[in-house]
Amino acid sequence: MTRRARRADRARRHAPRPLGARIGLGLSLLVLAVAVVAALFPGLVAPHDPYEIFQGHNLEAPSGAHLFGTDNLGRDLFSRVVHGAHVSLVAALVALGISFTGGTLLGLLSGSGGRVVDATLMRATDLMMSIPSLMLSLAVVAALGFGTINVAIAVGVAGIAAVTRLMRSSVLVVARSAYVEAAALSGASRTSALVRHVLPNAFTPVAAYVALDFGASIIAISSLSFLGLGVKPPQPEWGSLVAEGRSFLDTAWWLTTLPGLVVTAVVVAANGVFLYFQGATRAAA
Amino acid sequence: MTADAERPALAVRGLGIAYETHHYSETAVEDVSFDVGAGRIVAVVGESGSGKTTIARAAVGLLPATARVAEGSGIAIDGIEVVGAPEPVLQAMRGSVVGFVPQDPGRSLHPLKRIGAQIGEVLLEHRICAKGEVDERVEALLTRVGIDEPATRARQFPHEFSGGMLQRVLIAIAIAGRPALVVADEPTSALDVTVQAQVLALLEEIVEQDGVSVLLITHDLELAAAHADDVVVLHDGRLVEQGPTARFFEAPSTDYTRTLLAASPKLAPRPPRPGGDGPPILTVEDVRRDIRLGGWGRSRVFSAVDGVSFALGAGRTVALVGESGAGKTSLARLALGLERPTDGRVVFDGVDVARLDRAGRRALRRATHLVSQHPAASFDPRWSVEQVIAEPLRNAGHERSAITARVRELLDQVGLSATALRKGALELSGGQQQRVAIARAIGLRPRLVVCDEPTSALDVTVQARIIALLRELQDETGVSYLFISHDLAVVSELADEIVVLRRGRVVEAGRAHDVLTAPREAYTRALIAAVPGGQRPSAVNAPR
Repeated sequence: MTRRARRADRARRHAPRPLGARIGLGLSLLVLAVAVVAALFPGLVAPHDPYEIFQGHNLEAPSGAHLFGTDNLGRDLFSRVVHGAHVSLVAALVALGISFTGGTLLGLLSGSGGRVVDATLMRATDLMMSIPSLMLSLAVVAALGFGTINVAIAVGVAGIAAVTRLMRSSVLVVARSAYVEAAALSGASRTSALVRHVLPNAFTPVAAYVALDFGASIIAISSLSFLGLGVKPPQPEWGSLVAEGRSFLDTAWWLTTLPGLVVTAVVVAANGVFLYFQGATRAAA
Repeated sequence: MTADAERPALAVRGLGIAYETHHYSETAVEDVSFDVGAGRIVAVVGESGSGKTTIARAAVGLLPATARVAEGSGIAIDGIEVVGAPEPVLQAMRGSVVGFVPQDPGRSLHPLKRIGAQIGEVLLEHRICAKGEVDERVEALLTRVGIDEPATRARQFPHEFSGGMLQRVLIAIAIAGRPALVVADEPTSALDVTVQAQVLALLEEIVEQDGVSVLLITHDLELAAAHADDVVVLHDGRLVEQGPTARFFEAPSTDYTRTLLAASPKLAPRPPRPGGDGPPILTVEDVRRDIRLGGWGRSRVFSAVDGVSFALGAGRTVALVGESGAGKTSLARLALGLERPTDGRVVFDGVDVARLDRAGRRALRRATHLVSQHPAASFDPRWSVEQVIAEPLRNAGHERSAITARVRELLDQVGLSATALRKGALELSGGQQQRVAIARAIGLRPRLVVCDEPTSALDVTVQARIIALLRELQDETGVSYLFISHDLAVVSELADEIVVLRRGRVVEAGRAHDVLTAPREAYTRALIAAVPGGQRPSAVNAPR
């Protein structure tokens, strides 16, 4: 690279992104931060106990006293949504952990192993990806039994195939690069070249996908909870809150709409973060 | 159309250009003025970052959006002012008043459109001829640039043309609108030397016969000397010197120009060095390397290397010379044991490289290393200079403290300061990166270093320093080099022996001095003759 090109490259990398993109990122981060605080310290954010029943106040519309209104038993919906964040977000993180650890390792193995290993793993991912992921999750939950953690594991397992694919293609590019060959010429064994050079460099594009998958995991977990496979009532969880409110759709719209909007906001925020960082990696590439 | 005798085809007046971003403004060109007279070839010469490409782009009105042209700048092509002209005017000028020949012909044509259609596009865009005459005109243009069977060739696609042929097509596109000026930005640096000479001869011929003027942008002084009427030297965006080519080379008036001239490699073989009688460290014995091309029933076997033999003595340098496709890089990979020969043997230090066990392979890795053409690509983008240089040492199991000391010692040896240690390897300039690559290569005191075009991406002054460094290291450590290059002038400064390759076969081999001063084969003579400036008496006569 010439000096000029390098300078231009540096300028591009450090150039401020357009104002709109930065405002979008700020909003997204704010929404995620609120969600994380709610998940970690629900007591600080929620005005009431999620299980407290306000006698004679059942099915009240949103008001100053009850921000999101109350449910059919007279519980404060806002407090239930805040406490639900804990279950939903922790489950989403567990799911992400499973799909990314599994996917990264399998992708590395597939991209760097022999032909037989690669073909076997790729056909296996074909198989997994040919099944709708919700169906796959349902099958895993059916095998493991009900419960939040099992739902999270199910969603995580269903996500492994996509991450494996992404990691493999990234590994193939990096493994063929001149610096990996230079490492081999410097006496690095295959394993050490893989761990030191291929893994960190190939993981960069995969990392950007984490944020996107975070949103998708929340939806998948909420969907399974909505179907009644996750938490046991009366524990609140975003998906199950929507499910409980379903029978009152015509009389109490807030029971379904407001928790639904919260889920939407968090997912959109996660996607916003993903888009921003994807844009950033593309500008740097 | 053609300019009047008194009106220059290109007049640059007080030109200043800066690149601006939110964070900083950087001056690329400052107060540059020169003329390109009608029917003349003017070479703009300078190293990377000197602003020569910026001037070329400004002349055709294709500056990037971040460029700001200074107040009072003027660029007139055939009397028409370009600076500040609205885009439709510029668009009408491009192709009709000014033509452009880009650097890399391989990337400059639409891969899915036929050659004829791409030339015809210019003719139709500027309404140079009626639709019915296009085919005829295209064929005439192809003939004009020396392409045989124009009718057939016009119906072919870019991938069916060689690099030199593509550059001819681009010249045809540039002159299709009969412009007053053709701007050629490094038109031959992506081409082999023999092809380079042909393309430049074509440009000269067109200038002579059609009265076109050429603004030739180049980093290659010798090329400018051989083909330009006038030379303009740029350094850091400023004009250093300008004048007729002959005067410029005989009596350069500034120090910078003298430095440039001294640094540019001449075809001057070093006198034979004593030694080289001991047992060779590397022998290549009748090696063939086949590559299977294409699948789906049309596969055929192509020999990238075909029956090559040579020997490399301890502490000596053998140069593999040839144009692209000669098999040089395949031989480098075979010598390093990265590829296995289909036939024949590569013997390093008495052992067949293809038959090594694990331990032998590890020993081979310690005793050999590679310095490649693009050092940046050979560094892990996340690593610092220190990590890059330390890698072979660490893999060889050296102690941590010993590694730190050795890295500093190496850095000093290749002429880099210790402040570079913590920098990202990619933050350095091209020449510094090559020094880091050399430091990494010699860290374990290898007996053989393969240098694959180590200087061809560098500026001449940097190139000269890297070559000096390689020689110095050889004298100090007694390392042997397998030196690969397409550039005979560079090779002449380093090689003890030369192996000339063509299409995977050895054309001629022998002592460097003999091959360069008394070549036996026509192909070698053509290579030597094609080195720009090779014919200049001062260059060749000196060592005789």
